[in-house]
This record gives sequence, structure tokens and C-alpha cells, in this order.
Amino acid sequence: MEMNSPIGTTPLDRARDGIVGKPLDRVDGRLKVTGGAKYAYEVAQAPEALYGYVVQATIGKGRITAIDKTAAEAAPGVVLVLTHENAPEQARNRRAHPVLNSPDIAYYGQPVALVVARSFEEARAGAYLVRVSYEEASGSYTLKGGLGQARVPSAGYSSPESAVGDFAGVFPKAPVKLDVTYTTPLETHAMMEPHATLAVWDGDSLTLHTSNQMLDQGRAAVARTLRMPVGKVRLISRFIGGGFGAKLSVQADAILAAIAARHLHHPVKVALTREQIFNVTTHRSDTIQRLRLGTDETGRILAIGHDAYSGNLRTESQFEAAADQTRTLYAGANRLTRNRLVPLDAPIASAMRAPGEAVGLLALECAMDELAYRLDIDPIELRIRNEPAEDPEKHIPFSSRHLVECYRAGAERFGWNKRQPRPGQVRQDQWLIGIGMAAATRGNVLVPSSASVRMGPDGIAIVKMAMTDIGTGSYTILTQIASELLGVPPDRVRMELGDTAYPEAAGSGGSFGAASSGSALYVACERLRAVFADRAGLDTDKAEFRDGMIVLGGKAVVLASLVGASGIEVRGEIRPGDMSRKYSQQSYGAQFAEVAVDGDTGEVRLRRMLGVFTAGRILNEKTARSQAIGGMVFGVGAALEEAVVLDPRFGAYYVNHNLADYLVPVHADLPHVDAVFLPELDDRTNPLKAKGVGELGICGAGAAVANAIYNACGARIRDFPITLDKVMSALPAQA
Amino acid sequence: MKPFAFERPASVMDAAIAAAVPGASIIAGGTNLLDLMKLQVETPSRLIDINRLALDRIEPTPEGGLRIGTLVRNSDIAADIRVRQHYGVLSRALLAGASAQVRNKATTGGNLLQRTRCYYFYDISKPCNKRRPGSGCAAIGGFNRIHAILGTSQSCIATHPSDMAVAMRVLDAVVETIKPDGSKRAIAIAGFHRLPGSTPQVETVLERGETIIAVRLPPPLPGVHIYRKVRDRASFAFALVSVAAVIQMAGGRIQSARLAFGGLAHKPWRVPAAEQTLEGEAPSPAVFQAAADAVLAGAKGFGSNDFKIPLTRRTLHAVMAQATHS
Repeated sequence: MEMNSPIGTTPLDRARDGIVGKPLDRVDGRLKVTGGAKYAYEVAQAPEALYGYVVQATIGKGRITAIDKTAAEAAPGVVLVLTHENAPEQARNRRAHPVLNSPDIAYYGQPVALVVARSFEEARAGAYLVRVSYEEASGSYTLKGGLGQARVPSAGYSSPESAVGDFAGVFPKAPVKLDVTYTTPLETHAMMEPHATLAVWDGDSLTLHTSNQMLDQGRAAVARTLRMPVGKVRLISRFIGGGFGAKLSVQADAILAAIAARHLHHPVKVALTREQIFNVTTHRSDTIQRLRLGTDETGRILAIGHDAYSGNLRTESQFEAAADQTRTLYAGANRLTRNRLVPLDAPIASAMRAPGEAVGLLALECAMDELAYRLDIDPIELRIRNEPAEDPEKHIPFSSRHLVECYRAGAERFGWNKRQPRPGQVRQDQWLIGIGMAAATRGNVLVPSSASVRMGPDGIAIVKMAMTDIGTGSYTILTQIASELLGVPPDRVRMELGDTAYPEAAGSGGSFGAASSGSALYVACERLRAVFADRAGLDTDKAEFRDGMIVLGGKAVVLASLVGASGIEVRGEIRPGDMSRKYSQQSYGAQFAEVAVDGDTGEVRLRRMLGVFTAGRILNEKTARSQAIGGMVFGVGAALEEAVVLDPRFGAYYVNHNLADYLVPVHADLPHVDAVFLPELDDRTNPLKAKGVGELGICGAGAAVANAIYNACGARIRDFPITLDKVMSALPAQA
Repeated sequence: MKPFAFERPASVMDAAIAAAVPGASIIAGGTNLLDLMKLQVETPSRLIDINRLALDRIEPTPEGGLRIGTLVRNSDIAADIRVRQHYGVLSRALLAGASAQVRNKATTGGNLLQRTRCYYFYDISKPCNKRRPGSGCAAIGGFNRIHAILGTSQSCIATHPSDMAVAMRVLDAVVETIKPDGSKRAIAIAGFHRLPGSTPQVETVLERGETIIAVRLPPPLPGVHIYRKVRDRASFAFALVSVAAVIQMAGGRIQSARLAFGGLAHKPWRVPAAEQTLEGEAPSPAVFQAAADAVLAGAKGFGSNDFKIPLTRRTLHAVMAQATHS
């Protein structure tokens, strides 16, 4: 199916008390809490796998002049030390991921060797014995320092710039002008499960048990890098302990495990340690963002401009598209957005949860708050006054947009009417209390995906696709969709995911996983329903599927009796079509936060938080809510705590490269966080009428916290994260 | 992790003898040592496991204080009813430290002997005089948000990260040890930790093999017990600044004041002159400022930790305001 027209009424609409949407417990929950779910590094293999440990470069840029591996090779248990001198040559073209393929050091922490031993500890001890000599070169390591080299990047998942009307002419003349610069720090994904791979060769075929969000793309990258036919590579990721974008592409663990296993003719496992993840894999770039908002006296935007700078390894083209949401969130006739990329000698920057939106909305939504205070207009009212009737840059309708409803429902639930319009008005003991809000929005995407469904004479439906579940609940929502459409209880559905041996699927990324893979499954189930109806001699459009039967009028036929001895298998496929060109598709929300600021020390403590969202049909109330809350927690981290700190004396050296020093919110930081979805169906997005959920929760969340801090104490901190030292310096003297 | 021998001595005396062997290291809770071994910041060739020795009790002393065995877990000290009733500052300090899981493993002696959290100390590819004497200090001129502003040297600006030790300092606890020759000594906590000077690798006055067996608390101190820890998140973060205070009021005046500070120096920081400034005075912002001036005499920031100077001042003010509030 290609999504070229609105879907119309579907069986999911007709289901009176359907299971889709219900807060079904995770179908894999029991396996996870009992340790039955095996993650990549835990998969048992005969013969028992050897362990690889990565050695990293300790210079910022330059060239390896010599590697002395004598001591490492002689160390107990060590069986191989791989370096660029004995690693196989790999492809270097786009989308390949060569490792140990050159003496050149492009960035601090780049892998320079892999030590393989009988145990992890022996491999690690051996790794410390590898002596690498370098010739150092000078490099450019900081975004700020490299601003002079900023360039217009090539278009990636987003276009670098946009212009509508005459921003340069109108902004300077606007009656009310705001011109502010926000900065956001480099961030790391900090998912629980580190990158890990077990590589097993069978002749010239390679199987990688790996922690990867996008298996089909990963398989292609491995095949390309190792110059193998795609059909000879299989990736398996049954369970993934989080990714947030860190596992979108294949990383060094997979390539190193594969080449070491081939070299040794023996299975090899490679896991990255937390410290290694910071430099060996990807991160979110820091950004410098200039926001210019020009309005009339009533707050209507006349001109809106957003310039966003981010950095990346100089051979990479991906930029942090922080200016993108400014193209669609608010009305205004004169617009200018520019994403700029600074080439650096630093580890690769790539997508981290809500790439672009997460940091872009921190800046835009704080700037809107500043504007509201400047105009003395309620921040919600200001946003409503600038609500666009159509997409303000593409000039096409929105597929669905209920942002104002989110503002109003959120304001009601949160008690927004108690807000003091001036900062610093509410004090409890040493605490200054404030509330703030922000808008949330995130593009909705449909990507090609396919699935197979099979029913055997036992009446069990078996679904297969190379979709992944990165902790989001894919297993569960897909089970619900199959259960609903085929009229069989969830425990009669077997969901087989995470294997490139299955039909190609979306994978988990860009908030498109559930809708894309679920739509492929929807199409497959519709086909199977048609086969059943045909065999039962009933009208597909009128028949009901329930209790393992197809039912119409007085007739009920058991599905299992229709499949013959060998069962029936069908495939379904979804592809994006005209709908994504004719309609601007976005998920929306309104974020609210209450904080307490310690009037003595500047410590900020979140008190409560509420997100009210619309994202089309919600497939599982519980997993969607968990996703939204998880995103909001990300936002709290971005607002208050998270920052990778660079020490450029050593290159792009990340000083706080562990979870003791890179702080993310803990339970005590998150007393009460709630998320609510308003009912919505969007028949232009996909057959499920759903929109993306996974990244929506982070959007605007940090800005709501920052705006609450301003409301609490009058400190407007434009340099994230808002740590206590920054707040303290804006506080009045103690009484 | 490098290979190491592992032994379990049968007595405290045997432990001290075993610990005196070059390359030996005592392991108790292991909450810090194991991390350091994984990163090869510490590479002991022998681990002396003392966990099975009978050093895990809290007992009253004849003087009316408490004697806390070196193996008492941090959680158990914090929860002990005698500690909670009479040594509130210690219980609060312990509960402000680490996480519940770490507190369940961490021991009294181990807490005192934990190493600094300096980022560069933890990375063996970077210079660090504490880890590799003579190699330099990367924190000076680098990122030093958590580093010291008092008692620093050109060799080292690390802090001691303990909360417990700060409370013990304000209580004037005494560290009991045993040496390999069987002799015992009692070390006032004031003199237990050292300033870095030119030998930051030497962190305490313990001699080779000398093993902590207990910490003795003096009889209870009357007054308000406060432990105020300022940190970058609500839990599981080391102190940027912490203040342990025991303040007694009489007739609207400060009768006695004890103040110890964490996060500021290579050891828990205490300034008698600051306490004298307060004693006998009616509480006022001016008096608190004078005390802060005394505490911060000679304080020096290193860039990213400059904020600790005003933060210490403001935190002390808040603690004194709370303690003297009638």
C-alpha cells in the first residue's frame, strides 16, 4: 500500500472495544524481568566466544607512527592484537564504517587496536599493554573556536535553510524585537545497554548478534564495509536496552567483532565500555542558536529568524537541524532559518532523540517565553495568537493539528491560572516557586516497511519482520494490532522481530517505527482477512473477526479450519506517498513544569511536570505514556544537568566520560511527571491513523523547565544546562 | 583489570601484616577500589579481603560515645538509633552520600579512604601527580568544577569526596588503627587526612600496612545538627559544597558553633577562627559573613570552580540562618 489518499474507515475504527490502544502489559515484560530476554552480549555461542577490547587513540589528531604490541600479545589469554597493520582492508565509501583501516587519527578516542582474549578481563588487561606512538597534528576541537569555518551543509534528513517573505527587511522595523542567543552543550545518549556485538562466521556467511536500532540499514552497512554481498550478512537484535539514536548506525563493535572473528575462525564478542561509548560512537553536537522574533504590539509575529550552528567530524555532513521546527510551529509572513555546520576534528555527531527539535525547541520556546514577558502577554495566549492556519512555509494544510487544545487541556489540568505574571513572587521557606510552559512538536514520518503474517492449523498467528524493540514496546503494540485485526487473543499471536532474515522493516528511529511497522502489519492482516473471507464465502468488508473466527450474520467459521494443512502466509507492505507531500504532518503537545529554586544556592528542583500531547491514534496507552514520560525526563536532563565537557588541550577529549560525572536525572529529580494524550485520529498519516510518539516527549520539555525557573526567580539562563552556579549568580543577596 | 592474588586473613593482625606487603591493598566494600582497578588507576597485586572479620559492630564507649567498627556499612550507621538520636549530623551526611545500593556496601574505613573524584585522576592517559607523581596536574588549567579552593598546591587541587568524613570532622571523631607490629594508635580525624602539598599521592597519615579498625565518636554534642549538601542533582552526586554544623544557642546568642566543610579541599575543612567569630554573638547576616570570611581566607578558584567561593558563603549563611532560627 502506498499512502496516497486518506485511509477512510478501517476495522480499527469499527472495533467496539478493541485491544488496540488498551494499556496492555508488555508481552516481553516477563522475559525481561526474569532475565529470559537475551541481549546481544548474552547470547550463548558454541564454541564459546572470545572477547575483544578496544584500544583508543589518546591524541586529538595526527598519525600513528608505531604500535608495539609485543607485551599485549604475550599477556595471559591474549590470542590476537588487531591494528591497522593487520586488519583487513575495508570500504571507505559513504555509509561504510571502516575501523582500524588507516594510521591516521581523525579524532580523540578513535579505535587504534582490538585485543582479543579468552576472557573480557584478559582482553582489557592486554589492551592496557598496547603501546602506540603518534605524530601529533593540530586540530580544531570546539564549536565556538571553529565558527569561522562554518559552512552551509548539504541537505540530509533536513534542508539546511529556508526563507519566506523578507525577513531582513521586516525584522529591523518590527515594533517589538527580540534578538537572543542560546547555547546547548554536547550530549550523550546514555542508554542502559552499551553497544555490543557477537560475531559468528559460517563459511563466508556472517551473523552478528548486535544491539542495533535499524537492522536492514545496519546489514547493508556491514556488507558494504566488509565488501560482502548483503545476502551473506545477517543481523539479529531480539532485545535492545535502549538506543535513543546511538544505535541507528553500525558502530565499531560490530565491525571489529566481525573482522576479528573472521581472522580467528572463532566467534568474537565486543562490547564498548561506558567510557568508550563517548568517543567511539556518536553524540549530539553542541549548538549555538540565534533567535530573532519581531512582532507587532499585540504579539503577532511579523518576522521570525533562527540561525543554528552545530559541529561534526570534518568528513561528515550531518548537522543538528535545530532551526527546523521554527519553520512550522508559528505563523508569520517573513521567515529565515539557517542551519550551519562547523567542521571539527572530533568524534562523529549524529542523531540523538529528537535530533534538531530537542535543542531547537529549547531555544525557540525559551525565546517565545522571553517575548511573552516583554509584551506582558500570557505565554499560552501569545502562542495562540501565532497559531498558523496552514504550514507557514510549505503553504499546505496540516494533516491534523490540535495544539491549542493541548494548551487548554494542559492549562486546566496543571492549574496554569495560578501563575504569577511577574517572576519571583512565590516563596516557600528558602524556595522560590515558578511555573512555565512550552509547545512541543515533532515531524511525523512514514517509511517503507514490510511484514509477513502466517496462520497455521493451530490457529496461532506468527508475525515476522526485521523491526526492533528498543524498549519502546514494539513487541506489544504489534501484538495488539495483529490480535485486533485477526480476531485472535494476544496470546495466540507470536511476534518475531529483530532479525534480518525476516521481511525488511522500518526499524526504530525518527519516531516512525510504530506507525511504519504497524502499518505494514495492518496491510498484511487485511490481506489475510480477505483470504479468510474468500474461503469462508463471506463479505470481507462486513465480516467481523473475533474469538479466532470470522463471523457474519448467523455464520461463524473457525479461522484455523480455513488454512489447510500447511497454513497460509501473506505479506504486507507500506510505502509513503502523496499524503506526506500534500499535508504537513506533525505531532504536538504542551509541556508544563513547576520548579523550586533554592534562594540561597541556586539549586533547581523540579516539583511536577505535565505533558499533554496529540499523536493520532495511540496504540497502547501505557507504552505511549511511558515513552512520553521518558522523553520529558530527557528534557529535564537537558535543561538542568546533561553536558559533555570538552578539554581541548588534549583534542576533542570528553572529560566527564562516565555516568558518575555526566549527570542524568535520577528518581529524586523527578517527583511527579505525567503525560496525557488527547484523542485524535489522523487519516492522512498511515492506515493506523497514528503519529510518532517516541521523540515528542522531549520536545519543549526542557524549555518548560527553563521558563519555570525564570518565573520562579527571574534568572534567564541562555546557556544550557541551567546549573546552580549560573542561577546563583542571578539571585539577590541573602537577607 | 590486572591479575591479582586474593586472600582472607583470619585476624585483624594478619590483615595488617598482609597489607604491609608491597602491592597489597585491603578490600572491604569495594565500591571505589573495583572501579579504580578496572581503569588501572590502582593495580594491586594482592587484595586482602577483610569482610569476614568481626569489625562490624557499633558499641558504646566508656566515655559515653560510640565506637563504629570499620566494616559497619554506611546504611547501618545512618540507621542506627543511637546515631540518629545523638549524632544527627552523621546520619544525615551518610544519607546524603552516594545511592542506597552503594551505602549498603560501603564501609566506615573505606569511606574515609576513598579516592578523589578528579576526572583526570580517573584517566591514566592524563597527567596526575596523585596517580603518577611528577607527571603534572591536568585539572589545573582544565575542567575543575568539582575541585578544591582551599589548601591546594601547585601539584594537586583534588578534593576528598566523602560526606561521612565531614560529619566526623565536625564531631572530632578518632580513627583507631592497628599496625603490622601489633601496636595500635588513635588518630584524631583532624590529622588523619593530609593536604596535597608536593606529595598528593600520600592522602592520609596511615603507615604501610596500618589498618583502620574503628572510628570512635566522642560523647554526643548538644545543639542543632545540620548537614547541608549542595550538588548538581537531588541524589547520587558528590558535594560541590557541603556544610556539617553543630550549633548551640543560649539566650538568643550562639553559645557554641562547630562547622566543617566538604567539597572545598583535599580533606574535610574546618576553621576554628570561623567558629570563634560566631561564638557569643547574636545571629545576623554580618556575623555569618564574618564567619564565611574566616572560612574562605586564602580561597582560590581555578576557573570552573570559582563559583564555590560565593556558594560556600551563601550555603554557610543558609545553614547558620536555619540553625539559629528561633
